[in-house]
Formats: sequence, C-alpha cells, structure tokens
Amino acid sequence: MKLCIKNGRVLDPASGLDKTACVNIEDGIIKSIGEAETADETIDAAGKLVLPGLIDLHVHFREPGREDQETIAGGCRIAAKSGYTSVVTMPNTNPPIDNQALVKFIKHEAEKSGLLNIFPAAAVSKGMKGEEISEMGELHTAGAVAFTDDGKPVSSSILMRRALEYSRMFDVPIMAHEEDHLLVDSGVINEGKVSASLGLRGIPNAAEEVMIARDVIIAGLSKGRLHVQHISSGGSVEIIRNAKKRGVKVTCETAPHYFSLTDEVVREKLALAKMNPPLRTEDDRIKIIEGLKDGTIDAIATDHAPHLMNEKRQEIEFAPNGIIGLETAVPLMITKLVKENGLSYNEVFAKVTCNPAKIIKIKKGEIKPGYDADIVIIDPEKKVIINDDFVASNCKNTPFMGAELFGSVECTILSGRITYKA
Amino acid sequence: MTKNALVLFESMTLKRKDLLDISSLSHDEIIYIFEAAKIFKKVFTETNKKFSFLSGRTVCMLFIEPSTRTRLSFEIAAKRLSADVISVAPSTSSLVKGESLIDTVKTLEAMKTGFIVMRHPVSLAPDFLSRNCEAHVINGGDGNHAHPTQALLDGFSVYERTGSLKGLKVAIVGDIKHSRVARSGIELFTKMGSEVVLCGPPTLLPDDFSLYGIEMTFDLDSILPKLDVVNMLRIQLERQKGSLFPSIREYNKYFSLTKDRLKKCRKDVIVMHPGPINRGIEIDDFVADCENAIIEEQVTNGIAVRMAVFSLLCGKTLEDINKEK
Ligand SMILES: [Zn+2]
Repeated sequence: MKLCIKNGRVLDPASGLDKTACVNIEDGIIKSIGEAETADETIDAAGKLVLPGLIDLHVHFREPGREDQETIAGGCRIAAKSGYTSVVTMPNTNPPIDNQALVKFIKHEAEKSGLLNIFPAAAVSKGMKGEEISEMGELHTAGAVAFTDDGKPVSSSILMRRALEYSRMFDVPIMAHEEDHLLVDSGVINEGKVSASLGLRGIPNAAEEVMIARDVIIAGLSKGRLHVQHISSGGSVEIIRNAKKRGVKVTCETAPHYFSLTDEVVREKLALAKMNPPLRTEDDRIKIIEGLKDGTIDAIATDHAPHLMNEKRQEIEFAPNGIIGLETAVPLMITKLVKENGLSYNEVFAKVTCNPAKIIKIKKGEIKPGYDADIVIIDPEKKVIINDDFVASNCKNTPFMGAELFGSVECTILSGRITYKA
Repeated sequence: MTKNALVLFESMTLKRKDLLDISSLSHDEIIYIFEAAKIFKKVFTETNKKFSFLSGRTVCMLFIEPSTRTRLSFEIAAKRLSADVISVAPSTSSLVKGESLIDTVKTLEAMKTGFIVMRHPVSLAPDFLSRNCEAHVINGGDGNHAHPTQALLDGFSVYERTGSLKGLKVAIVGDIKHSRVARSGIELFTKMGSEVVLCGPPTLLPDDFSLYGIEMTFDLDSILPKLDVVNMLRIQLERQKGSLFPSIREYNKYFSLTKDRLKKCRKDVIVMHPGPINRGIEIDDFVADCENAIIEEQVTNGIAVRMAVFSLLCGKTLEDINKEK
C-alpha cells in the first residue's frame, strides 16, 4: 500500500525542514520526502501544512470508571479529529492505573479503535494514595511510559525522592502535578485582582511554584527525570529555566488555555473557566509565551478533561476542575502563538511532535524516512468557529465556546492510514 | 441633588432583570434607588400603607444560608408592595437532599415565582442562577462576593444625612477578605465618588485590592481624624482558628472602635455596622449606643431600600411611586 501526500508545505520541527514537497509513504512507513512517486492513493495538500502527527502528553479519557464522560474509543476518535496520532493518558481513573492489567487494557482498547496510539502513564504511587511507589518495573514492561499521580500532587517529599531515584532504572520520567495543598487552602480560582473582587477563594501562584522549586531540587539530588505538568505561572517558568541552566533533568509542559486566556474570563464563563491550576493573569500569560519561545517550556499538552455539562452547571465552587482541550488545540496554537505572537510553525509544533516524543522516548514525531507515517494536514488560514457543531466531544465543557479561530485540521494519518478527514 | 436632575429622574424607567451586584448598577440607578427609598421610608415609618406594585406576584426567599435579619427585611419590603411571599429555608430545602440548584429553581419557576431573593454560601451562585432562569433574581448575599442591598442601604443611610456621597472619606474596617459587605461597599462608595480606605490586619486585607487603586492601611488610629464615615465589619470569631489573627484580645487592641478612638474622630463622623454586632469586640458599648452610630436606622433603611429595589426591577418610575403614596 503506497500513499503520496502531494505539494504540501512539509514541516519537520526536529530537523527544521520547511519546504513544499511530496511525502511518499509505503506500508505505513515514511519512505521519502521530495518528488511524488507512483502511489495507490494520493492526497492533495497544496496550500496546507504537512506535519508529523501530533502528540499530547496529557489527556484524561475517563475509562475505566466514568465512561459517561468519555470512553477510550470516544477519546481516540476526538484525538484523531483534532490532528493527534499519539497521546499519554493519565492514570487517575477509577480504579487508578496502578497495575499491569489496566495498562494493557488501555493499550488494547486503543488498538481496537485503530485511530490512535495510546501510551499510558501509570500511577506513581500504589492506588494513587501518595504512600508507596507503584511497581514501576512491571508497569513499564506492560507499556507505561511515565509515572504520575496527576490530579493531585505527590505531597510527600520523600516519596518524590524515591520515585525519581527508582525510575532511573527504566529511564522514564516522573510527571508531576504541582500544588501545595496547604497553600491552595480550598482556593477556587487564581488569587489576584479577580478573586479579590469576586470574593472567591484564591489559589496563589506560590502554591504551584513552591512545589516545582521543591521538585527540581529533589530531581537534582536523585538524578531522575522530572517532567512538570501543566505549568500556569510566570514564576514556574523562571524556576524551570534556572533549573535547566544548572543541568537538572527537568522538562515541562503548559496547556493552550494558559497561553490563551486569563482569570478575567471567569467573570463571564464561571465554572467553564475553572481548572487546576487556574487561569492566571496577563503577566503570567506573557511569561508562559516567553517560556515557549526560549525553549524553557518543552511541550504543549491539552490536559483534555471531559466533564458533563450538568456537572459544570453548578455553583463555581462546587463544579469540577477541567476543560476539554483536544479539539481547540490546533486552532489555539496557530491563532495565539503563530499569528498573534509570531512564533514559527516549527517552533510551535515542536511542542506537540518531536519534543514530547523525546520526553516519553518514542520513535515518533518526525517526518523522516524510516519513521512511522503518522501525519497531520492542517489548513492554517481556514477559520473555525468553536460551537456545538464543531465540538464533537461528548462533553462540551470549554470556555472557548463561541470563539473564532484560525487553523483547521483537514486530515490525520496513522501509520499510513487515514483516521480523520474533514 | 439639584431640582433639574430630580425632574429627569421622575419619569426614568430603569428596567433590568436582576440585581446581582453593585458593579452592574449605574450611578443613576443608585440615585434612583436612594430617591425611591426616601419616599418609601417616609410612607413606611409614618403610615401603614401598602403599595400595589407587586400585587399578584410571588416572591420566593431562597435562603440556602440562613439569615433571619436579611430575610425578614426582604419579606417586609415585599409585603409592603403587596407581594405573596414564600420562604424556602435551608432545613426544608431539597438542596440538602442533593437536588441541584438548577433543579430547585426550575421547580420554583414552574410554580410561577416572579422574584427569587437568594442568599447562598458560595460566591457567584446568583450570577449562575440568573443565567438559567426567567425570574428576577435579587442577590441577598453570596459567599464573600456581594451583598448589594446591604451596600445600598449603607449608602442610603449616609446619603439621607449628607445629600451626596461625593468626596466623603469612608473607612471599612475589619475582615475585608471574607466580607461581601465590604466588597459591595467598596464598589458603591467608589462609584458614588467617595474615597474608600480599607483597614484591617494583613491576613484579612487582600493586597490585590490595591490593584483597584484603593487605599489600605493596618493603622486604624492614623486614619480616624480624616473620616466622614466608618463602617465596622462583624468579625467571625472562628477566623482565629485559621491563624488569621492571634486572639480576640489582640484584634480588639488594634481594630476595635472604642470610646477613646471615637474621640479621635470628627464630631459628626457616621458610625455604621451591618449587624449583628459583637459588642466589645469590633465596637464597644459606648460607641454602639452613641449619637454618631446609626445602626438601628440602617435596619429601617434596609426595608425602604429593598422596596426601592423591587420597584426598580418591575420598571416603576419615581412618578409611579409618588402617585401611589
Ligand atoms: Zn494535573
């Protein structure tokens, strides 16, 4: 089976390639980039971007436990529609992913769907209780690519030390959701001008920053690989920038909402703008974009978190944290980073292709002969309106509802097979 | 207020669906409420007359957080306007049985409730409610966010004495952080041209208010001589457990309005308190009962202001009110 993607603007963030060319694919593998070869099927990509299939380091697919919010099969479909070919699922399901059988179950469900590669993250502690480290060796053998108790922090510093030490045997990252619960102090939104006027309890930047500061120091001590999840504050960028300079093995991700929105939108969107960590201020937003520009922030991950609208239609204090993120990711990256802030396509898309691939050590995220033919074709000038028709997710909990953005996913290809076509 | 301006207001209709906070009210709407309250107060204190504005309409008191004073004040105001009043108390509310706020309100609406007066322990609950129902929503206090009718009655209590709030120096003293009375008060007095100063210990005085350009101080004694109005907030005694202040004794030492402190104030300073008072804690007996304190007056004004708010929401003009009085 031969496939040829013709005349697109081929971008490969890993090598910096940016030229109009054809991508020839044979039996699910990229064969060459250049002149068109004879093929069984051709796709015309003229005027569009041809990129490595996107990789998301942070999604919540809710199965097992909350299949009413999202299933693995449903999540795979949404990811393919959004231009993604690989994702890392978070283990905070019910039960949590802390044994081999569950890791295999998730991989099996994804294979059944045939739409997406799932690389599960497993719990860093047994039962996600934050007490004893999980069986990392067994979990890694079963297919876990990282360990995390995402949804909550590893509050015990000694547990964090042990996890960062032990995981060195397998060279896998510990992904850390950073918050100091005592400083969060039942906060609901960012602590600042908005929380002061709305009388909602605030979550200070410090709640995130003190934990990141703690963990980069522990990472230095233990020499393990720390990956900091969903950073939202300017101070976090600064701490990680310094740690990297000192040679600490630390990487990090932010989410599209942190470079697109500020806590001001809470006034209008209420619980739909509630997530953890919370939306911060304009100053933080600018520093997040600076961190993306200078490479301090390695990856953009969506933290895709489906919640039923009924759960969000409550008093903001009672509503759950989180928003869906897959479908809005490409339009936000193109609109907010490329168009509004002048980052190049390769700079931006490195954060969702080769960089995350390196963090979880998979041979993906590049358009290069010999690599899996995971590819996405994007029309960067096409407008998308985020509305009920556009959002195919079962859950529609997004503060971007109503937004008009640029960048439409036209086609997604997984190992040479089309998994989505607009 | 000048005569010409009054004529303008006479026939003004200020129809709006809800009263959720002070920030969404215009300067003119606030003046309207003050002027309407003046008329209602006179009628209310001098006669037994009822107005017909809410005749045949149902007002539901949805008090998810208990409050006898505020509920009674709204109830009397609604009844003076001939409304039928029903109460949903927290103990009988299905909300405690796990029914969502939305479902409760849909039920109330199906029963043709025209107005919902809500008090709720969490911030922004009325904002959320107002987007999901047709009835007029009046915020009777939500979390630490807003208590617009309290701010309006505080503002009115000063307005009826001074004729204007412009240029007045108003202090709000105590637990600013956890106070909806403070937040709405700041917005109202600022909007009406007063100069607001906040005073309390740093643990109860969020720095972020300075982002709005509001003066803040930890030193009560230093501001006393400059004040036209001092609004003392009620301190929740359980805050001490959260290390927000070390002891009642120490709180009292720095932030209580005592007889000695009153001497440092101007002779005509207006002392307010939203009640109920912790006598001897935020304010001492002498001050609570002195000439400058208008604490009981505030209670009467609460009814007049709430009558004005109901009238505003059903589109009545000052002319209408004058005609019926
Ligand atoms: Zn998280």
